[in-house]
Amino acid sequence: MENNLLTLMTFIPLAGAMGILITANANKNLHRWLALVASGIPLVLSIAVWTNFDRSLPGMQFVERGNWIPQFNIEYHLGIDGISAPLVLLTALLSFLCVIASWGIEKATKAYFALFLLLETGMTGVFCSLDFFLFYVFWEVMLLPMYFLIGIWGGPRKEYAAIKFFLYTLFGSVLLLLAILAFYFEYKDPVTGQHTFDMVKIMAASASYRGTFWFVVFVALFIGFAIKVPVFPFHTWLPDAHVEAPTPVSVILAGVLLKMGVYGMLRINFQMLPEAARDFSPIMAGLGLISILYGAACSMAQSDLKKLVAYSSVSHMGFCMLGMAANTTAGLNGAAMQMFTHGIIAGMLFLLVGVIYDRAHHRNIDGFGGLALRMPLFAGVTCVGFMASLGLPGLAGFIGEALVFLGSFETYRYMTVMATAGIVLTAGYFLWSYQRVFMGPLNPKYQDLPEVNARELTTLVPLVVLTVLIGVFPTPLLNMMAQSLEAVRATVGVIK
Amino acid sequence: MTQEIGRGVGAFFPELMLVFTIVLLIVMDVFPGKKSAYLGVSLALSGLFLAFLFTLEQYPMAGMRDGRMGIYFSGMLAVDRFSLFFKLMFVVTAVLTVLLSITEREIRKQGESEFLALTLTCVLGMFLFVAANNLLMFYLAIEMVSIPSYILSGFYRGNRRSAEASLKYVVYGAAASGMMIYGFSLLYGMAGTLDLGGIRDALAKGNFDRTAVATTVLLILAGFGYKIAAVPFHMWCPDIYEGAPTPITAFLSVGPKAAGFGALIRFFYLAMSEPDPGGTWHAVGATSWPMVLAIISVATMTLGNLAALMQTNLKRLMAYSSIAHAGYLLMGCCVLSQEGLTAILFYLAIYLVMNMGAFLVVVLVAEKTGSEEMSAFRGLGWKNAYVGVSMAFLLFSLVGLPPTAGFIGKLYLFSALIQQQWYWLALAGMLNSVVSLFYYAKIIRTMFLEGAPEEGAPAETVAFHPGFGLLLGVMAGLILVFGIYWVPLFDLAQSSASLLSR
Repeated sequence: MENNLLTLMTFIPLAGAMGILITANANKNLHRWLALVASGIPLVLSIAVWTNFDRSLPGMQFVERGNWIPQFNIEYHLGIDGISAPLVLLTALLSFLCVIASWGIEKATKAYFALFLLLETGMTGVFCSLDFFLFYVFWEVMLLPMYFLIGIWGGPRKEYAAIKFFLYTLFGSVLLLLAILAFYFEYKDPVTGQHTFDMVKIMAASASYRGTFWFVVFVALFIGFAIKVPVFPFHTWLPDAHVEAPTPVSVILAGVLLKMGVYGMLRINFQMLPEAARDFSPIMAGLGLISILYGAACSMAQSDLKKLVAYSSVSHMGFCMLGMAANTTAGLNGAAMQMFTHGIIAGMLFLLVGVIYDRAHHRNIDGFGGLALRMPLFAGVTCVGFMASLGLPGLAGFIGEALVFLGSFETYRYMTVMATAGIVLTAGYFLWSYQRVFMGPLNPKYQDLPEVNARELTTLVPLVVLTVLIGVFPTPLLNMMAQSLEAVRATVGVIK
Repeated sequence: MTQEIGRGVGAFFPELMLVFTIVLLIVMDVFPGKKSAYLGVSLALSGLFLAFLFTLEQYPMAGMRDGRMGIYFSGMLAVDRFSLFFKLMFVVTAVLTVLLSITEREIRKQGESEFLALTLTCVLGMFLFVAANNLLMFYLAIEMVSIPSYILSGFYRGNRRSAEASLKYVVYGAAASGMMIYGFSLLYGMAGTLDLGGIRDALAKGNFDRTAVATTVLLILAGFGYKIAAVPFHMWCPDIYEGAPTPITAFLSVGPKAAGFGALIRFFYLAMSEPDPGGTWHAVGATSWPMVLAIISVATMTLGNLAALMQTNLKRLMAYSSIAHAGYLLMGCCVLSQEGLTAILFYLAIYLVMNMGAFLVVVLVAEKTGSEEMSAFRGLGWKNAYVGVSMAFLLFSLVGLPPTAGFIGKLYLFSALIQQQWYWLALAGMLNSVVSLFYYAKIIRTMFLEGAPEEGAPAETVAFHPGFGLLLGVMAGLILVFGIYWVPLFDLAQSSASLLSR
């Protein structure tokens, strides 16, 4: 079983989607349960990944490979290292929780769950692929279900948000495709003289990609991934998509899809074009800094709770940029940690927003007040989420941010100092909105708002537990990532 | 001479099969009396089937033996794998067109056997067009493609739009072919021969005036550009696609366009360039015609895509989409490499399936609703998920998204460009694909995002003819299968990318 663990994790959701498609339209509970099983199995398998992952190796593990299109040297090649393993776990976890969070969806459940599972296949596939062609196919396959999930089950401006998301991401991915082809033709096997899509081989040959042309390729790739992250100024699709998407889809968007951009930068930009990465580093750090501050300032100005959380993602992903650009041990670990913890925390926040929206049918921060009186449990969980997000020590968000600051201070002293202002702003908007929503006298309109229910708690509690656990004891996760990140740092070298 | 003709006739069997079928169709119509409704259609289909078999039979032999084996009729026609690949595609296109025409009641009324005979004549012209190895043959063939197309696009005699389309087509066509033959005459004046290989030798040796050669190239391009609907010779395209009967629109968007590409490639690769060792060519005659083609290509796809954004009529939208696709294909023509040729052949085969499939859906929807407007597609994905999903698939393939065959086709095109360092052109092509997503997604949006069933309301459904459902399924299935495992088709395209010259 260990040999095809990743294949199973990737394709069981797809099999589940096929299964759902052949069931009757009306049998909504069957669709739900099938989706639960099809996303549950990868979660169980991910525990096997967690326990069997050898934390002392920097290279690829659980590798599977086979010929696909020999004429073009395209292989079916999967494998994970310390960078992708936590993200695969995150994908499995959030997908499973989101299926539970989708239980209440009544509109065309068959199509919804089939698309959702297809999305999970795409996401897992992206993190596991070690062949560029396969990587690109999964990268794009993910777009199609996302378009429909936002466009059909979304909010009032869903059509606009869906196509905007689609166009932005496709624009990024054509740049990615150009770069992939450039890599393909540049690589010549020393023995056979053949070109390759093998990412591991290209990473091994990274020292030979130098000069202006590869800097241009680096920038193209960076833009492609920056759209996904999103980094200022490529972020404008995000608030629309996040706000219009249904809650579970927002969770996946923030929790997993944004990570793909950072993952792509770490895996491709840094590990394949280290020279360009060194040269580009200051710009990357600068854009990270702008994202941190701009995202936080935008959050501060929002009146829509969901939009606030959406912009906070821009701000938090900026920390990943800053940590990566510094390319120090602490910085890279911080960035990778921030990816994982932001996935959990942002997922939690979107679920919380979903809970309140389902009850009040609006998300206007000023339209509530005193909810803590009516929904104490909900207020408590939200408090954990907000505190984790603003980086309270002892909760998960702190670890990533602290490591990023620690790491980037060596390389970018002034930018790091300025970035700390982002923390203050973050604390500002989270505390301010918490005060407006939960404190004060109870808004009479919400006299009999029901407390958070068992199903919602099922989705929230695992995330709360993980937030606390990682906040107190991050070592197992850090150990998992450390060796691979060390290899990245060594490849790129010291930033001057 | 007699021996030469006899040898030629031996290689002319597919064409003769078509001629025979055309004659039968005409004769059948002359005899009075009640005939079975499907007699004409089955006759045409069996004729096409036989032509397909004869073409297939020639394929393994063609171009394999050295010497003049593959050139017939005193250097007029070349039977090489390149032309045979196109001929196979034409037959498939014609079969699909005939099948599509079954749904059109109007065609029945106007005379079905006439329609079929004209379609097959057009196919015969395309057979000659892609095999032409001599300027005279080029001209005769292009007219043989054009004249039946004029009549076919005006086939609905009573319909103003159809008549207008036909007239426009004639006027533009006459002008374009006039320019083309003028170019041919200039070329003949310079080279002293009409044979492609002879022209190449003369251009490579002789020291001709740059301007004269450039003018000639541009004039000849007018003819080819008109057939493939490339900017600035594309103006006829949207009006004719909108006005013509839908099966004919589908036919025109694939058949003559592909034939135009086949002939364009043969002309430019054999008469205007010399092969280098290693599977590439270089231009001769002191013109940088690859750059001219590249610029036309960018203009074509950009204008096609931008104009398509505004369309609400599906046939018009598909017209602009097919203009854009001519632009993508032209990119492959200017790289002058074996990979580029393979990519074009591969893409054309995929384009045939996805475009005909999309038109099949347009025909089906128009048959139910009587409209080809976007609004007719509202909620189609919910009313008939099978047709909706298939259409979505075909459209995503037209955009070039994995895991569809359209993506693989574009991948090969772009990789051929990048291999020959045409980075800017590849980038332009890719950005155009992004733009094209917008209008294809508009159709998908109309099918799925709008008109979703409200809770509690009884689900509206619409059923289509199961035979056409099956056909659509096969086409969408092919697009998916070739998107995941395309080796057989690629091998075929690769082995067909060999042009035979004297």
